[in-house]
Amino acid sequence: MKELKLMKGNEALAEAAIRAGCDAYFGYPITPQSEVLEYLSREADKRTGMVVLQAESEVASINMVYGAAGTGKKVMTSSSSPGMSLMQEGISYIACAELPCLLVNVNRGGPGLGTIQPAQGDYFQSVKGGGHGDYRLIVLAPSTVQEMADFVELSFELAFKYRNPVLILTDGALGQMMEKVELKVQKERKFEDLGWTTTGRNNGNGRVITSLHLKPDQMEEINIHLQKKYKTIEENEVRVESKNCEDAEYIITAYGLVARICNKAAELAREKGIKVGVIRPITLFPFPKKEIKELTKNAKGILDVEMNAGQMVEDVRLAVEGKVPVEFHGRMGGIVPSPEEILEKLEEKFIGGVV
Amino acid sequence: MNERRMLDDQHFETMIEEESICTSSNVVYDAPHKALYDTPMHYCPGCGHGVVHRLLAEVFEEMDIIKEVIGVAPVGCSVLAYNYLNIDMSEAAHGRASAVATGIKRVLPDKLVFSYQGDGDLAAIGTGETIHTCNRGENILILFINNGIYGMTGGQMAPTTLPGMKSTTSPFGRNVETMGNPLKITDLVAQLPGTVYVTRQAVHKPVNVRKTKKAIQKAFEYQQNGGKGTCFIEVVSNCPSNWKMTPLDSNKWMEENMLPFYPLGDLKTPSGKEN
Amino acid sequence: MTEEIIIAGFGGQGVLTMGTILCYAGMMENKEVSWMPSYGPEMRGGTANCITIISDTKISSPIISKCDTVIALNQPSVEKFEDAVKPNGLMIYESTNIIEPPTRNDIEIIGIAGADEAAKMKNTKILNMIMLGAFLAKKPIIELENILAGLKQVLPERYHHLLPLNEDAMKRGMELAKAAGVTA
Repeated sequence: MKELKLMKGNEALAEAAIRAGCDAYFGYPITPQSEVLEYLSREADKRTGMVVLQAESEVASINMVYGAAGTGKKVMTSSSSPGMSLMQEGISYIACAELPCLLVNVNRGGPGLGTIQPAQGDYFQSVKGGGHGDYRLIVLAPSTVQEMADFVELSFELAFKYRNPVLILTDGALGQMMEKVELKVQKERKFEDLGWTTTGRNNGNGRVITSLHLKPDQMEEINIHLQKKYKTIEENEVRVESKNCEDAEYIITAYGLVARICNKAAELAREKGIKVGVIRPITLFPFPKKEIKELTKNAKGILDVEMNAGQMVEDVRLAVEGKVPVEFHGRMGGIVPSPEEILEKLEEKFIGGVV
Repeated sequence: MNERRMLDDQHFETMIEEESICTSSNVVYDAPHKALYDTPMHYCPGCGHGVVHRLLAEVFEEMDIIKEVIGVAPVGCSVLAYNYLNIDMSEAAHGRASAVATGIKRVLPDKLVFSYQGDGDLAAIGTGETIHTCNRGENILILFINNGIYGMTGGQMAPTTLPGMKSTTSPFGRNVETMGNPLKITDLVAQLPGTVYVTRQAVHKPVNVRKTKKAIQKAFEYQQNGGKGTCFIEVVSNCPSNWKMTPLDSNKWMEENMLPFYPLGDLKTPSGKEN
Repeated sequence: MTEEIIIAGFGGQGVLTMGTILCYAGMMENKEVSWMPSYGPEMRGGTANCITIISDTKISSPIISKCDTVIALNQPSVEKFEDAVKPNGLMIYESTNIIEPPTRNDIEIIGIAGADEAAKMKNTKILNMIMLGAFLAKKPIIELENILAGLKQVLPERYHHLLPLNEDAMKRGMELAKAAGVTA
């Protein structure tokens, strides 16, 4: 039976976590994502017995996630930009120890304490590693409240499939806005011995969760293994959405909420007789390189639009290998670009302002 | 000549076999190898870590909780504790062991969880986690080895380094006016309502070794019986290498200098708490 | 049908609630809805606004700079959002508090003395419902009964005794609009 609700993005995500059978949430309040912790504090324990703990800091939260994830339970945390920065050390440990877990970044404007308004300035941090060492997160970027909910279960699936942390990278606007959401049925909380988890010594010797490998040859081996895994993820887990790219003269690339604003800009463009399509990477790592290259091969130009100084645009440029001119339009500090503004920039950069 | 030949190894082995003194009825000490790997430890001669590891293993065996315990190793000399303790363990980031232990205990409340941390880990970089874990009253054991110095990184000043004590970063002795005072974190956590059992012990003499073992055992018993809060055991220890002393001298120095500042004994017991 | 509405006023005037009610009501009619609030320090006594979109088709962007209707409950909102109304669009403003009304002549402008009316009804908190009623008199995009059902969803249960008052306020708003010569 369809269960439709009007929900804020943050609340939809929290509700989806309960329904996905999540075992534990560890977090710390920070705007604009506190609704996740608030909602779970209110709802989770009484419905599924899910553990919800407000930690003393983001540093503590991520290390609680590390500990709990090592037992093979479904564990998550959420934060916003400054809090994610604090978590990076722990995330690096989690990536190296190959612990499945869900991280959520409700991106706000930075750098520094910045603003609580929506932004996409954490793209590099999210997809290029973020903490120390060579590692990747699987990064999903929702663009609707529905996806805020849907990507929770998907994240847990991917996290356990690859023993890798998964990040949902969203922003303050998606977290705060309300839309209709179709909710999934409640999943049972399940717990099984995954063979590597520390749940009290079983048969054989004690198991160890660690990211310490003092011998260089061992550490290199771990790195080679991780890189191989990331390659497999790149081959199998790319997700991308494209709209009206078949006949498009110009293509806009954007992720998250911005992609929807770009859809509107593309609609306005078509009303004016300019054929514009939109490509929205859903997975930011793995990045849809091949797909972007293929979809833009006949385009006269690509406009990449982001709420930052130009981060994903670097990956778009790498993807098209110089075959299509790529321009960039970005707003920063928490300002959301409008559809009219995006169309104007597209005309200015490619058509020279003459239409 | 004959007598000389009698002293070779072969002879001894034959002699041992013949006289059969190595019988189970004659065993006075057996290493707890069910919970302790039979492998040389990397700790310096005279270091207290090895003793505490063995005590843990003994308690695990005697209480038959090898399958129930999950440990968290710190960053510091005991970072590789899991190479010695044959139990499930997790290696934490510097200072975060009690947060990691919290995460484990919260999702597996029936297991017996402990963190094993040094003074730099627990009382400097991890102070926040230590205090908040104790304040929440997590039902875990925090085992704190205090030797007043950063051992693994080579003898730098620790939060528990004594006033006037020399280290590589307090080469003229710790000046409390510029470097601050040693932190008696055990006294501090004893004040928190979340802790149920707080004690300070040592392992430099047989009598202290026995007391420390008893304390560890009690802590796991409290946890086993549902626990009403955090158990916190400080073991005042030595660091012959970085104190630049022989093991014997370091124990003497510890007794004369560390123990007056960090006096041994219970700071809080469950019965005391109830009173 | 797609109706893009910006509702703006002081924090506490209930502008965010007006948008929420419209969304709940829209959902009951199987319409697509989206509600984007301004959030942050503004929520505490400053200006607050939300973009509410009700549509028969999938909503592309929940963020817009031009809209069909602006409902302004205070003076700063008039200044901030008058230009956001599309040509031939609608601007409804609260005429007791707003002393400098909108001046554009390519849009329809309706002044409703909602605050006066709320005072007469002895509850200043129902100003937002009066203004919502006036809007629905002009643009009946959603059935009244669904609006009322939406209101019931939004209002916490402990305030449900106030439902009749809110309903009256909305109807009063509709009457005020009709008295001012507004027709759908």
